[in-house]
Amino acid sequence: MNSSPFPVIFALDALTGALFLLTAIGVVATRQVLASLQLFITQSLLLTISAVLLGIALGSVHLFAVAAITIGTKTLLIPWLLRRTVSAEVYRTREIDRVLNIPSSLLLAAVLVVLAYAVANPLLDAVNVPFAPVNLPLGVAAMFLGIFTVVVRREAVPQLLGLLALENGVFFAGIAIVPNLPVIAELAAAVDVPVVALVFGLLTRQIHRRVGTTSVGRLAALREH
Amino acid sequence: MELIAVLAIPALASALSLSPIGRRFAAPITLAAAILVFLIAAEVAVQTVRAGSVTALGEWLSCDALGALVLALVALVAMTAALFSWGYIRLRGPTKTKEQNYYALYNLFVLSLLAVPTLANVALMWVAVELTTLLSAFLVGFEDTPEALEAAWKYVVLTTLGAVLALLGFLILYWGSQIAGYAPFTWAGLVGAAPRIPAALLWPAFLLILVGFGTKVGLVPMHTWLPDAHSQAPASICALLSGVETTTVLYVILRLFPVVGGMPALNARPWFIGFGLLSVAIATLLLIYVRDFKRLFAFSTVEHMGIILVAAGLGGAEAHLGAAYQMTGHAIAKSFCFFAAGAIAARFKTQEIASVRGLARFAPLSALTLAGGAFAITGAPPFAIFVSEFLIIKAGIASGQYLTTGLLAFFIVIAFCAVMFHVNRMTFSAPVGSPGVSGLPLSCKATLVVAAVPLIVIGIYVPTALQQLLRAAASAMGG
Repeated sequence: MNSSPFPVIFALDALTGALFLLTAIGVVATRQVLASLQLFITQSLLLTISAVLLGIALGSVHLFAVAAITIGTKTLLIPWLLRRTVSAEVYRTREIDRVLNIPSSLLLAAVLVVLAYAVANPLLDAVNVPFAPVNLPLGVAAMFLGIFTVVVRREAVPQLLGLLALENGVFFAGIAIVPNLPVIAELAAAVDVPVVALVFGLLTRQIHRRVGTTSVGRLAALREH
Repeated sequence: MELIAVLAIPALASALSLSPIGRRFAAPITLAAAILVFLIAAEVAVQTVRAGSVTALGEWLSCDALGALVLALVALVAMTAALFSWGYIRLRGPTKTKEQNYYALYNLFVLSLLAVPTLANVALMWVAVELTTLLSAFLVGFEDTPEALEAAWKYVVLTTLGAVLALLGFLILYWGSQIAGYAPFTWAGLVGAAPRIPAALLWPAFLLILVGFGTKVGLVPMHTWLPDAHSQAPASICALLSGVETTTVLYVILRLFPVVGGMPALNARPWFIGFGLLSVAIATLLLIYVRDFKRLFAFSTVEHMGIILVAAGLGGAEAHLGAAYQMTGHAIAKSFCFFAAGAIAARFKTQEIASVRGLARFAPLSALTLAGGAFAITGAPPFAIFVSEFLIIKAGIASGQYLTTGLLAFFIVIAFCAVMFHVNRMTFSAPVGSPGVSGLPLSCKATLVVAAVPLIVIGIYVPTALQQLLRAAASAMGG
């Protein structure tokens, strides 16, 4: 790992990555809906920092664009959209009833992180890219944890945050493996992510109004009898 | 030029639906736009057969034969579903604003479906696929019942989850194509670059996209959302979701086949056959136990997606021709089935198979369309799906893949029996009680007549232009 041509930035990026992973685990384990949202915002900030670090090291303008887009959409626009669409009552919700309790969730989360390294290693062996050894496995780990969050959380907003954390994970890996993705694709993704939040927010509001709960994991009217 | 028009017209129709004119004319505007788009899409298809591909806006929009086939199918179903919507949506008694919103979203949803086969850049195509989910979410939840909202929630959560997995797959593909030297991030560019992409990258990318987008196609075991969404949405939307949305995303997966096929070390075929056969098998089992007739057709969609995937996995020109023909037959027949099912659900105010009896006596038109649709979708002669399934099985036997072909044929026969069992009970058994008196709106009746034309015709007679298109589309799937 010390063979990196940018030792200082590499170390800073590794630190950012470690914190990024912690926020991903936090989103799985937090009961308070509001705290989950704050963790997601922190995670998005860490993604931005990593993009800036890589942008400096690799001299890539694209990564600065990614950083700007991330700050704009994920730390400002999405929280604002969610607060506009989902009522404050939902944010005060504490999730008492989970599919899995917190200690078991954390244990499984640890297994997922190890698995992420196992999955990412063959790719890293095949191709040598400066920051991929940090960003790829941690991005994949955040991705796994995002899927895990969607599965274990029953409340609507945490499920959405799990999805967005999953997307953050993909981007965290993406900035290292494809630092020169065409700007048009980044812009399209920038439009896409807030639309995801908006659609989920409006659906949550509709479900809350119509069904009286936002515990979407408990909705089970539709199944094979 | 044509490709720009194909995308611009639905966008314009969507804006008009929301404008004051849309208060009264949203439905006819949508229908007129859909007819126009279909005519242009047919022209694009003819041109791709003649010239190989059609491009526009520099190289940003491009369509080859396989893309043009999907484009034409989407445009066709968008047209019949627009006609069906006209009377059907008004029957649901929405407010003016809600009706306008329906048509605005309808046009945008169709736009996103049309964008998938026309956008040349693969990253943008991913965005288009993601938008198909987001734009149709409120169409699935249109009825605003707890069940419809539950279906809409499951639909967006699971398919978005799948799409994000696929995104990592596409990023890895892009990474690979960069390593392989300069190549545009288009399907043609990827096929060219594939032999130089390290297998360690190509392989996870393939799996991520297969599983991620497979969720949206409804492949087992990622299919759980599909019967919910495809049974709770209004029938016109079901026709689009089941008939062409699944096919459009399956098209993206089929596009990967020649990319991965460029590397002898990797074999994608067992994965296609494995996922395909599993989907066909589980869908067939569920078809036996199903209690809701819209879910019946939803499971039949899972079965058909499986068949097409198996056909692609069998390989060879004949099997691929069968796959292209099956995509065509499925889009036409499945949309027709949902129109018939929607008409019955509107009349009987229920979707339960057990509550609908004696259709042949009370509602001869409904009985005829339901039975006709069921025969067409299960592959009875003389309908197109009979021919395509025959082609696929023949190709499987000719290439010596007896086990796969045998299992496929076995499940197809069981599925036929299961669907016929349910439809037969709905149509011919003794009536219970008397059905509602509500007649069908004129536009719904007209749709059943219009949509029956391609259903009957393409089984018996395939026009030369369509034959050439299918052949060209099959060869685009690679060897």
